Amino acid sequence: MSEAIIEINDDSFEMEVLNSEKPVMVDFWAPWCGPCRAIGPIVEELEKAYGDKVKFVKVNVDDNPVTPSKYGIRAIPTMIFFKNGESVKDITGMVAKTKLEDTIKSLL
Amino acid sequence: MSLTDYDLVIVGAGPAGLCAGIYAARAKMNVLILEKTAPGGQIIITDWIENYPGFPDGISGFDLGAKMLHQAKNLGVEIDTSEVLSMEISEERKLLHLKGRIISSKTVLIATGAYPRRLNIGEDKFIGKGVSFCATCDAPFFKGKKVVAVGGGDTAVQEAMYLTKFAEKVYLVHRRDELRAAKILRERAFKNDKIEFVWDSVVSGMSGFFNVENVRIKNVKTGKEKTIQADGCFIWIGIIPNTSFLGDFLELDKSGAIVTDSNMATSVPGIFAAGDVRATPLRQVATAVSDGAIAVMSAEHFIENTSA
Repeated sequence: MSEAIIEINDDSFEMEVLNSEKPVMVDFWAPWCGPCRAIGPIVEELEKAYGDKVKFVKVNVDDNPVTPSKYGIRAIPTMIFFKNGESVKDITGMVAKTKLEDTIKSLL
Repeated sequence: MSLTDYDLVIVGAGPAGLCAGIYAARAKMNVLILEKTAPGGQIIITDWIENYPGFPDGISGFDLGAKMLHQAKNLGVEIDTSEVLSMEISEERKLLHLKGRIISSKTVLIATGAYPRRLNIGEDKFIGKGVSFCATCDAPFFKGKKVVAVGGGDTAVQEAMYLTKFAEKVYLVHRRDELRAAKILRERAFKNDKIEFVWDSVVSGMSGFFNVENVRIKNVKTGKEKTIQADGCFIWIGIIPNTSFLGDFLELDKSGAIVTDSNMATSVPGIFAAGDVRATPLRQVATAVSDGAIAVMSAEHFIENTSA
């Protein structure tokens, strides 16, 4: 896994995501979820392309039950996009890279 | 304008596309695979595959997809994460329009697979909030809860059994009084105490504040409706071929699948189809990889015959 995509947890969520100056894409995943693992390389490609302008983090829903519950997550993979501490969009499922990319661009 | 000119561009990196990539690389063709999301195809979401030869104890869909991808990469197959927006056919070249660029190729293999059929009863608003097409992704969110599973084929029965590892109860709703699934799966399902079969029925609606809370079931023979308390509804009622990006220049059958001959040739010379996207009597990993291999042979012959 790329070092540039930070694995965060329930405790660090506020500091890393809500208090972030840059927009954040949060990847909610779990090790037993095939599509979550499959989409990993795509998230890495996006981080390489937009990492200077957008922060990319991951939350393992197995180890961190509080945050997914707070945002009503009942399916993974789910990507939630945050700007200025607010959730502005969420995308669920193994979607096309362009869909994630367009959403990232709309945050800039 | 200078375009990169390939011998073969494969659209889709599921089993059909990856196998075709392997064969094309070994035939020393200049080949490119385009995949708009993650390679592996529909098997990525499957819990367990027991009928693909070579794996005596079975294998997870994700692992099988990963192995195929690994094999293709070992042979140097180029895979680009891009979406084909449209295609253009000329006498000598097939043009694929991507975002911001055009790719040219002598032959194209459409291996774009299929996507899950919807119930079309307004369930879209509950996707990710109770409605799901992937048990391996979402079953753990329904631990100790009651869920509905819709369908009667292999996928529905296999995945319903996977759900029982987490859910307290699974209502398997099927519109007929007999499952289509393979006998071995049927037997296992009937022995599973957590599965309650709801025959001759369809899901006619669902409701809930943010997430699914209740699912309405209608008996298609009597017309009677009843409401089941359920927190989830998993839908496995078939798949629809991914052909909408093609426009209308390829012959499709009534279900939208690409019509091909036994050499995987479509109605347009130089364009081939393989896997779930084409009209085929059986949609399995075993048939997809076979299609992919045959398509590459056909593409090679096409190039030889047209380059004189």
